[in-house]
Amino acid sequence: MLKQKTFFRTNKKGDILKVVREHYLREDIWCGSRACGVCKAKDNEKVLDAKPKSKSAAVGEDHYIFLDTNAILDQIDALEDPHLTNLVILQTVMEEVKHRSSAAYKRLHEVTLDKSRKCYVFVNEHRFETFVERKQGETTNDRNDRAIRVAALWYQNHLHIKSVLLTDDAENRRKAQEMGLIAKPLSEYAEGTDSPTLCERLSSKRWGELRDEDQTKAYTPHLPMSAIQAGIKAGKLFKGPYFASRDNCLEATVKLDKRDVLLQGKASLNRAIDGDTVVVEILPESEWKAPSNLVVTSEDTDDVLEDASAEKQPTGRVVGIINRKFQQFCGILQVSPVAGHTRHLFVPAKRHIPKIRIETRQSERLADQRIVVAIDGWPVESKYPQGHFVRALGKIGDQETENEVLLLEHDIPCYKFSEAVLADLPDNDWTISDEELAKRQNLKNIVICSVDPPGCTDIDDALHCFELPNGNYEAGVHIADVSHFIRPGTNIDKEAAHRATTVYLTDQRIDMVPDLLSSNLCSLRGGEERLAFSCVWELSPQAEIISTRYHKSVIKSAAALTYGEAQAKIEDDTDQTAVATSLRCLYKLAKILKQRRIDNGALTLASPEIRFRIDPKTKEPLEVVAKPLLGTMSMVEEFMLLANVSVAEKILLEFPECALLRRHPEPPPMNFDPLIKAAGHQGFNIDASTGKNLSLSLDNAVKENDPYFNTMLRILTTRCMQQALYFSSGMTQKEMFFHYGLAAPIYTHFTSPIRRYSDVIVHRLLAACIGADVTYSDLLDKRKTDDLCGNLNYRKRMAQYAARASVMLHTHLFFRNKTELEEGYILFVKKNALQILIPKYGLEGTVILSSKDKNKPSPFEYNSDNHTQSAGDVVFHSFDRVVVQMSLDRSNVQHEKLQLKLVEPEVPGFSITTEGELVPAVEDTCG
Amino acid sequence: MLFVFLKRNELELNDALFLQSTGTCCRKPNELRIVRCKLGAVPHADGSSYLELGNTKVLVSVFGPYEVRSNHRSKIMSESAFINCQYSMAPFSKQDRRTPRPRDKKNMEMTINLHQALKSVIRAELLPRTQIDVMVEVLTADGGNYCAALNASTLALIDAGVPLREYVIACTASLAKGEVPMVDISHLEETLGGPCLTVAMLPTSKQIAFTEMSQRFHVDHLEKVMATAQKGCEDMYKIINNAVRLYFKEIGFPNNFGQE
Repeated sequence: MLKQKTFFRTNKKGDILKVVREHYLREDIWCGSRACGVCKAKDNEKVLDAKPKSKSAAVGEDHYIFLDTNAILDQIDALEDPHLTNLVILQTVMEEVKHRSSAAYKRLHEVTLDKSRKCYVFVNEHRFETFVERKQGETTNDRNDRAIRVAALWYQNHLHIKSVLLTDDAENRRKAQEMGLIAKPLSEYAEGTDSPTLCERLSSKRWGELRDEDQTKAYTPHLPMSAIQAGIKAGKLFKGPYFASRDNCLEATVKLDKRDVLLQGKASLNRAIDGDTVVVEILPESEWKAPSNLVVTSEDTDDVLEDASAEKQPTGRVVGIINRKFQQFCGILQVSPVAGHTRHLFVPAKRHIPKIRIETRQSERLADQRIVVAIDGWPVESKYPQGHFVRALGKIGDQETENEVLLLEHDIPCYKFSEAVLADLPDNDWTISDEELAKRQNLKNIVICSVDPPGCTDIDDALHCFELPNGNYEAGVHIADVSHFIRPGTNIDKEAAHRATTVYLTDQRIDMVPDLLSSNLCSLRGGEERLAFSCVWELSPQAEIISTRYHKSVIKSAAALTYGEAQAKIEDDTDQTAVATSLRCLYKLAKILKQRRIDNGALTLASPEIRFRIDPKTKEPLEVVAKPLLGTMSMVEEFMLLANVSVAEKILLEFPECALLRRHPEPPPMNFDPLIKAAGHQGFNIDASTGKNLSLSLDNAVKENDPYFNTMLRILTTRCMQQALYFSSGMTQKEMFFHYGLAAPIYTHFTSPIRRYSDVIVHRLLAACIGADVTYSDLLDKRKTDDLCGNLNYRKRMAQYAARASVMLHTHLFFRNKTELEEGYILFVKKNALQILIPKYGLEGTVILSSKDKNKPSPFEYNSDNHTQSAGDVVFHSFDRVVVQMSLDRSNVQHEKLQLKLVEPEVPGFSITTEGELVPAVEDTCG
Repeated sequence: MLFVFLKRNELELNDALFLQSTGTCCRKPNELRIVRCKLGAVPHADGSSYLELGNTKVLVSVFGPYEVRSNHRSKIMSESAFINCQYSMAPFSKQDRRTPRPRDKKNMEMTINLHQALKSVIRAELLPRTQIDVMVEVLTADGGNYCAALNASTLALIDAGVPLREYVIACTASLAKGEVPMVDISHLEETLGGPCLTVAMLPTSKQIAFTEMSQRFHVDHLEKVMATAQKGCEDMYKIINNAVRLYFKEIGFPNNFGQE
């Protein structure tokens, strides 16, 4: 039967369009129940039990569960609890959920795919008995509610098994009961079950009155949607993403198209949470404020001290929230002091997220656990947002728990590889077939070696070089041929694309591809025959490229060296083996390549990097070692850069629409202001107008008596940079392809396919260029590539943050029960604090100078003109050397922090010489 | 009035989520839209037909064969007939109302495409120095306009008694979610993205008279999409053939055609 759906809509110009769509009503849409003898569904399509036992005391009879849209949106966490089974999700509901929240839709979709949940999606809109036409004057919501009731009733009559409709809408329940259905609120149903977790996961929306202690009058109600839209149209209100300040919980910014708007104070923030899309009203210019320079961590203070010296910024207040980004948060429970109370505060690990009120009966058990909580809403009269418990992770302070928190917070997929993925792997005893050998260049007799950090098991690059008879050199880079094993469209490919990168944490590695590939079949180990993708150049003695060849090959690495071993071989003149001479050639060429690159304006940046030596048994860090810098590192790097640039040119030439490249945007000049100011105080002029000038002025800014000064400048420069990004060449303008940091017109990633998915795609593109492999449709689709780039960029960023957080975690473990005196340098002078960098551990900490104790005022005075703090004769500038005492402050279980106390230079009444003196309040900023 | 309904094929795939995501009309990937048609819809024409392909509605009138008119004198061919195609869209055929302009580029392209397919079946060599007009008017456009126009033209030519080698039938196909081929694309499905392939074929001899792609297909997919489109043509042929037989049964035919 054919029905027409007719509706009107307006287009961008405001014209009214009449849209007519076909809507087929069919009889061959099955009910999906095993109890049914009428429907002709196949066995595997019958999901629902024939005798669905009631699990709740609220309903006595056997039944199937139906949910309405609001119940799903509000209670998606409860719905994910495995206790609820035999669910029928109607298409009407599915589509409404999709329309209202894509995040909830994704989760609902996951639930429907889980076989153990016995969840059936019924396409009620197209089954002719359950199709409901909208009546005159009926709202869409009412029609959808009616459609749900009609479908539930149809099931009941069709199968003679009760249908239970779970909805929080009393009117809907009344109508359902009139029709002869059982209707209950989800909370009542859940409380009737014997599952403790199900109740805890219920949304807090059912809470009635607030308790006195939560009452507040700080917030004003948000404007209604109509007023917001009118305001935006009139240009009085502005919409933008909300970013909470990382240092100050009473401050935030909203990024608008043209400018940023500052928000200060609880009333202005008005219940917005980091990541929301909010609507702000800009205050009159007389009320504009400057961002505060203070570090504020307690929500309970209300006074925001603004920085009088800094420039005033447009200031505003939140009047409405368009889109809540309600994620789940890790944190700990702050148990209510009143015994027997069920509502407790939850303290998130991220400091810029407010505390959350949740309800749980398991507070005693959860008190020393890391838990996950979701926010449900934030009523206007409530001090805190309201949320519900999702799950517990483990004991606080356990290395395992902390690691899991870290992975969860950075959204890193760390589950084991599924059976389906492992099934795509080759056999353990895989060898190169003759057929494969015939297709490839045989480079087994060329002396190739790899150079990597010690302990590296996923070796993805190897090098060779020798002098040709004509005086030129042949240099080759051989990359593990991962795309030979990971074929497009297989499960292993999908999984790798999802993970996007291998994540390196201090004590573990989370692989992108299973171990068999990453540390065996793909890894170019010494003395074993491996498949490779080679990029071979003929280079003149001046390291100019004369020709480039790309081919798939078979290689046999002569040696897998570490940086140190390679360095030793190069320096040892008596060593005349083929490997050593080859390395020397490479070394010589790399030096020329590097010089040329720097002359072109490439930047040499620095970031404080350290490694821990870890006890293999207890996994506790034993010692901190700074990563040494060896010439061979830069040698390998130069050749990898050369390969990447060559490959980027090749794939862009062949696939101008869909090449996957990497760009690094030039930072806006504003970003360099702190660097230029800080260097200016030390008498150095930094010119950041172009990359080349910046590079030159950094080279010139050297203090002879202080070698670390230049490194610090480079660290600061790194902070000014923007993130480099993957992109699809067909979706970005040509002018934006430039890589600022490397000063390369185009760039891509080709050399590490074992640990980066981008490289796998580039391998496939290059293989298609040289006719070694065929293309497939997704590879040539620029939109698909662009979507993929989005994921790659996100995962890469998260992996970086996770690695940093992991180092921080281990630093804390290392400092448990330890106190050390260390040399440090002042990076920034702030109004109430000094930010200090400790080179040995590569970490930053803050010494707060202002005193909380009113009887003992701080001896420091801040000079805002030249950014100094002075106390008596002692003056602190940026880059000054100080000595601090480091220890771990464990008073806050959630945020163990490194405590820095000033030792040198001596400031009477502030710095410490022995224990028991005034203890300055200390914060570290990396947590 | 004479309508022919397609009996939709009983098919295997009943994946609810799949149906949802491919389009909202709830057809299976290998189901055609409902086809309704009528021969002899315009009394003044020598042959005419009206055809609905779902919501796409087309009216075709055929005039001729007759002696070439004065304004086409230059096109007289001593060996064969001159086929004059004209494709136009009614101002109310789309969602927004548009005043038709003469020599509209899109219409001209469609005209040429129709001409190409019709030329391959009309036995023009039997009718030298004559002209045959095929006037196509799209009343409602909802995807597959070319298919509806060509299929209706075939019916109208039969109604007019123009000698044909065989039927010429067109159908579209596309890829849902980049992997599942689906037949007879509606306007909604066209706008959902994904390339669309139009095929016109001679179903008895299995020859292809015309193909067109709206975007590039990857070569891996082309084969199966092409097969789907051809299967669609064959299904469509059965319906159209059936309609012709029923029509002649009703009006009668000298040598009992369609009566057996």
